[in-house]
Amino acid sequence: MSVDVVPMVEARAVCKHYSGVEVLKGVDLTVNRGEVTCLIGPSGSGKSTLLRCINHLEKHDAGELLVDGQLVGYEARDGKLYERSDKQICVERSRIGMVFQRFNLFQHLTVLDNVTIGQVKVKNVSPDAAATRARELLARVGLDAKEKNYPSQLSGGQQQRVAIARALAMEPKLMLFDEPTSALDPELVGEVLDVMKDLARSGMTMIVVTHEMGFAREVADTVYFLDRGIIEESGDPRQVLTAPSSERLKSFLSKVL
Amino acid sequence: MTSDGGDAVKVVPVRHVGRWIAGAVMIVVVAMLVHTLFSKVSTGQVSCRTVNGLRTCHPVTNWRFSWNIVFHYFTSSEILHGLLLTIELTILAMVMGIVLGITIAVMRLSPNRLLSSTAWSYTWFFRGTPVYVQLLFWFNISAIYQSLSIGIPFTHVAFLHINAVSLFNPFRAALIGLGLNEGAYMSEIARSGLIAVDEGQIEAASSLGMTRGQTLRLVVLPQAMRVIIPPTGNEVISMLKTTSLASAISVVEVLGAAQNIYAANYEVMPLLITASVWYLIITTVLSIGQFYLERHFARGAQRTPPPTPIARLRQDVKGILAKFRTPRPAMTREVTA
Repeated sequence: MSVDVVPMVEARAVCKHYSGVEVLKGVDLTVNRGEVTCLIGPSGSGKSTLLRCINHLEKHDAGELLVDGQLVGYEARDGKLYERSDKQICVERSRIGMVFQRFNLFQHLTVLDNVTIGQVKVKNVSPDAAATRARELLARVGLDAKEKNYPSQLSGGQQQRVAIARALAMEPKLMLFDEPTSALDPELVGEVLDVMKDLARSGMTMIVVTHEMGFAREVADTVYFLDRGIIEESGDPRQVLTAPSSERLKSFLSKVL
Repeated sequence: MTSDGGDAVKVVPVRHVGRWIAGAVMIVVVAMLVHTLFSKVSTGQVSCRTVNGLRTCHPVTNWRFSWNIVFHYFTSSEILHGLLLTIELTILAMVMGIVLGITIAVMRLSPNRLLSSTAWSYTWFFRGTPVYVQLLFWFNISAIYQSLSIGIPFTHVAFLHINAVSLFNPFRAALIGLGLNEGAYMSEIARSGLIAVDEGQIEAASSLGMTRGQTLRLVVLPQAMRVIIPPTGNEVISMLKTTSLASAISVVEVLGAAQNIYAANYEVMPLLITASVWYLIITTVLSIGQFYLERHFARGAQRTPPPTPIARLRQDVKGILAKFRTPRPAMTREVTA
């Protein structure tokens, strides 16, 4: 990546607190286009909150957060910050895909409808074109035979792959994964990680909150270790995961590996 | 040892003596009920005939429940007109109640405090006063408002004027009374349905870029329906019967029609039975409709939808037939070793 290209995500001293508890205490992070970034750290360290701030599912309290060179949730004009309207925020969100720990597929819709609904209702794609694209994506995640099923009829791994297809259907410029394999039975983790690796190879910019150190080492371009709301250590996964310099990361890795 | 599942283990089943006794008692009670329903009583009159110069007399008897009168009025035009009005009132009041209820439930869950407290007050007021009183209130509203007008409060500017007496005719007063009251109950039902939808569904919808309205319409409400439908079915059935209160404000629905008839011929009981049988028939039809509606909205929530009553009946009959079929001999297969 050339230096003059704006990074996909840039966080500068981002802070967030819920009713007195500081979850993020000044986080700096840069995610370049086409790169895979993994966020690791103990639970409660603020990984998920950071991810949700990027999607504006949570509002950050302080600091600057830019996605694709634009402030998240605000607009800077004449040296002032203006809150964006709900409509504008919806447009921003539609360009960022998100995959949740608990899949959150729409239970009342078939697999195919789950993947088309966003295209049709948000992007105003025609139902036929949406279905064609949905079938392509379902084939890509290996679930084209399940399009008529309801989510409750699928295994966790299959549901998560549908969730990935649903997010990809919006043609996102950035994909956020919030512990995508944590709710899965161990033997189903692999199939989801395979889809994610495939996606990473295709050049998608991804931020992945994960406890899968093997995945981080294999796929990530950069790993960030968060602890108690600050970034303790970051860098190349081989460096960070095999020769950690901070004591906290050493003790964390000794527990998870 | 048998390798296939064909031969079940042979056991002497436990005898459920208590069940047999309870069953026998129930049969006697039901028989008594059927007997009294179709029993005949003396009218106190005697009818005599002379046949071949021989005069014979016997007391005249009649159905205790006057089924002949019930049958006579069952499809009379007054009763059928009343029935139509009952159905009309039920449907319209329920539609009004459901629309109001969902609106109020959404208002109640709004982050806007003014909206949510207005919604709370509405429910508080209409649930807190008897529906009968509300009906009388709307029927007599023209006593305090001679005319209604839409305009700017505290000024004399008005855009629309309506005469209250003509607006609140008995049917409309009943409809407004029942509908507003139902709105309060439906709002609580709708609210419980909306709350029951997982927060993750809303987040997923937002992350796709759906607006609040789209999320509500496309994701939350369809899933809330599964929770909302069963109690709403109860509300419809309850509404069907509550419309009988409208007879008190001179709406001639089915009970009102029955009352009009017995006011003239004093056959009070047969006409009350006529009205009751009609209520039972419609309630039965509504229950069947509710079953299929629930089945429709349960899609996605259950892996296999529950069988329809007809399918279940077929299954039961098959099961009973299988019991009575002659049992196979325990060992029919040749033992080949």
